[in-house]
Amino acid sequence: MNVFNATQIALHALGRNKLRSALTALGIIIGVGSLIALLGIGHGARAQVEAQVASLGENVIQVSPGSLSKNAVKLGLGSSAALTLEDAEAIRQEVPDAVAVSPEVKIKTQVVSGNRNWSTEIYGDSPDYFTIREWDTAEGETFTDQDVRGATKVAVIGQEAAEELFDEGEDAIGEIIRIRNVPFKVVGILVAKGASASGSDQDDGIIVPYTTALKQLIGKQTGLRRIYVQAANLEVLPIVEKKVIDLLRQRHHIEAGSDDDFKVRSQLEIAESATATARTMTILLALIASVSLIVGGIGIMNIMLVSVTERTREIGIRMAIGAHRRDIMRQFLIEAVTLSALGGLIGIALGSSAAKLLTALAQWPTLISPDAVLIAFVFSAVVGIFFGFYPARKASRLDPIEALRYE
Amino acid sequence: MTALIELEHVSRTYPLGTAGVQALRDIALQIQAGEFVAILGASGSGKSTLMNLIGCLDRPTTGRYFLEDVDVAELDHDELADIRNEKLGFVFQSFNLLSRTSALQNVELPMLYAASRSGARARRTRAMEALELVGLAGRADHHPNQLSGGEQQRVAIARAIVNQPSLLLADEPTGNLDSRTSADIMKVFQSLNQRGITVVMVTHEVDIARYAQRNVVMRDGLILTDEPVTDRLDSREELRRWQQAEPPAVLTS
Repeated sequence: MNVFNATQIALHALGRNKLRSALTALGIIIGVGSLIALLGIGHGARAQVEAQVASLGENVIQVSPGSLSKNAVKLGLGSSAALTLEDAEAIRQEVPDAVAVSPEVKIKTQVVSGNRNWSTEIYGDSPDYFTIREWDTAEGETFTDQDVRGATKVAVIGQEAAEELFDEGEDAIGEIIRIRNVPFKVVGILVAKGASASGSDQDDGIIVPYTTALKQLIGKQTGLRRIYVQAANLEVLPIVEKKVIDLLRQRHHIEAGSDDDFKVRSQLEIAESATATARTMTILLALIASVSLIVGGIGIMNIMLVSVTERTREIGIRMAIGAHRRDIMRQFLIEAVTLSALGGLIGIALGSSAAKLLTALAQWPTLISPDAVLIAFVFSAVVGIFFGFYPARKASRLDPIEALRYE
Repeated sequence: MTALIELEHVSRTYPLGTAGVQALRDIALQIQAGEFVAILGASGSGKSTLMNLIGCLDRPTTGRYFLEDVDVAELDHDELADIRNEKLGFVFQSFNLLSRTSALQNVELPMLYAASRSGARARRTRAMEALELVGLAGRADHHPNQLSGGEQQRVAIARAIVNQPSLLLADEPTGNLDSRTSADIMKVFQSLNQRGITVVMVTHEVDIARYAQRNVVMRDGLILTDEPVTDRLDSREELRRWQQAEPPAVLTS
């Protein structure tokens, strides 16, 4: 008997008990459906995180002040005021593959524009910042190196801050805003970037030249919050990282064996830690869904065992007229796999619809990858083989004489 | 020429309790090709066990069984299945047709399990020929529950002969049928036997056994008598008698 005949017989047998077949397949449908939907949610979240991390700019390392040790008490990250403008300048001068360097200072303060006011983050950066973060203006221009040299009082404002400080439809370019009572001219508005990988709103902020920020708003003694360094390409990124570390250790007179008083993180590491969370979530969701798939498989096994018992006589007849054990085995295995694979296909359809519905109704990012669909389908077929094997084997081992006598 | 079936010192013991039950005790039996043999006996006489052995559904505990010179005791499950498929045809008391499957598909079934595969059209043609042989070509599309007992048994016979076996085995083929229909079935057996098919039939009805050429009577796992039938019944004669005995149809107003 070939597979085609065996499949015909299996489909025929399943068609005889339509309701029972449908209910049995339902277990697999729910299992695969939830697997597809949950994997979609997990992958969607991961893709979103990855997009956010990528939006920080590639080939970038961030140097932050490290822990300051006072009498063997470590005060935690950022406690050191170790990073200085001179450090940033030294990196720019002495690390050849560092194509863009931006020192950054930050304060949170009240900003006034006309009769409106808003509390927001003020960043002092160099024009390289916009290159490094691949961030364009929606209106106007970014400030220039000239503005940095002259410590000009100009500001580039984020989309969200612009909405809070100006009326809708009002042309903000050229307007004056007051930061700590210092008037700044708005020269540009940035395009919207959305939430960062850590969840903060990147569009709620104002960026001014770091020289202006230090001179007008903060005071020179403050250390830098961070130095952004962009490498020429991904290949030289590790070299740049190493050189920056060596340079800063040398400049900060750190002896061999002592800890750095700064911390260097590449965008890659940040991306990894961010996606790791999303991956863990995906795995967790997939595990939960797999449990329901296995429960569905047990349902198939249960019904197949009932079916074998009910059809003992049929098995006896088939054996008496010449069916081999493997013919009987194949017949029941194909039945089980048909149930689970059909359930898998329907589950894939329902699961992806459910994911689309979630995106439409709850704005959850979901992503149905072909991989997930393939895995879910193969998994459901494997469940069919695994849970169908025992009943099929039981059927094939029946004694024909006993089976024919079965009432 | 050697016999179609040759049993030598065949015993069959079922493991039951400590002693076991001896269903067959040292049986010797020869059946030549072309014979029509009835095996008679009360229940528990061992006739069903003998039938299962001849039908290659079971193997002797001791002794040897040659079917067309092949020692069956040495064959494995698959080889036995192939023998049942190619050389044997089974007819059962309770017909044992697959329900919700048409008569034609039931008859096609043995060809599906045949080692030499035939195409769907060839299977259909052969199945129709077998149904014609038992006079049921007109009912090919009917399902078993749409057929009378006699018709179901004839479908079962068509299924048994579709692979052109050398031996047709019937286990109480008329047990569930009335006398008139039994004569019908015996007619099919006798005509098949005339076409050269060997028929071995188990029955406990002496009347039915008289349609055969030879009667083997069993008791307690032993062959009691084995002799040719002297007053053999001809199914045509019997059927003619039934027709005459039937009251003429009367129109009621």
